[in-house]
Amino acid sequence: MVPLQAYLVLAAFLFCTGLYGALVRRNAVAMLMAIELMLNAVNINLIAFWRYGPNRADLAGQVFAVFVIGVAAAEVAVGLALIIAIYRSRKTVYLDEMDLLQG
Amino acid sequence: MPELPVHIPIPTVQQAVFGAVALMTAVAGITVVVARNLFYSALALVATLFGVAGIYVLLEAEFLAITQILVYVGAIATLITFAIMLTKGLMFGTNSPNSPHIFTVLSIALLLFLIVAGVVDRVPWAVSDDLAIPEGTFESMIADLGWEFVTTYGVALELIGLLLLIALVGAVLLARDDE
Repeated sequence: MVPLQAYLVLAAFLFCTGLYGALVRRNAVAMLMAIELMLNAVNINLIAFWRYGPNRADLAGQVFAVFVIGVAAAEVAVGLALIIAIYRSRKTVYLDEMDLLQG
Repeated sequence: MPELPVHIPIPTVQQAVFGAVALMTAVAGITVVVARNLFYSALALVATLFGVAGIYVLLEAEFLAITQILVYVGAIATLITFAIMLTKGLMFGTNSPNSPHIFTVLSIALLLFLIVAGVVDRVPWAVSDDLAIPEGTFESMIADLGWEFVTTYGVALELIGLLLLIALVGAVLLARDDE
């Protein structure tokens, strides 16, 4: 049996990779991809705690993971639509050039 | 046979598979954030999502694994690939520069990982003693999951559906070309 800690460390690694990507990438699409990595890391934790927890008949862990996937789908759809709309008006996908609201 | 001086634990099949899938997922995850060509990033993201689906299979959450492949690999990865192709000049060419604060961000991410890994190592997790799942529970588990969705989590499921509807209609409105 793989210990629970192995799954948690893998999830932590994926989360930190995503955090690094979300902060360091200037390209908005690349940042969205990094956010997907972070959401996936959270889902691994939810499923691992469900599997190793005391009550596997309670499926709350799996239900939560499905909801996270649903919210991620909505987030990606709106995010990419925003990126395309901004690209059309500003001709850029670089986050630091999207400064219309800067005083 | 002489006794080995150091006891090397032989991994079970499950542990070996976990190691391989975890390594593949981690390497693909790193590729997502470091690849200069955005198209390679998207391909690596697909590999990472498949790896996470494999982790779900190892955790015996088959329904989640199938959902992961359907929604993430089937829909989200396709959507991201389309966005890359729609924003000109991103697909070929390697113009995906990083922020100037790369070392600060790298040290923050490394520090966070070390802290979380240290905590994970030290906490005495209340892991259930009996981890085996009895034979023949998978069919009933998916049925139970469906039952939970329409009873206990019925309102939440409807709200997620509403959220997705609003988000997708909003996305179409935002991305529509006005001319």
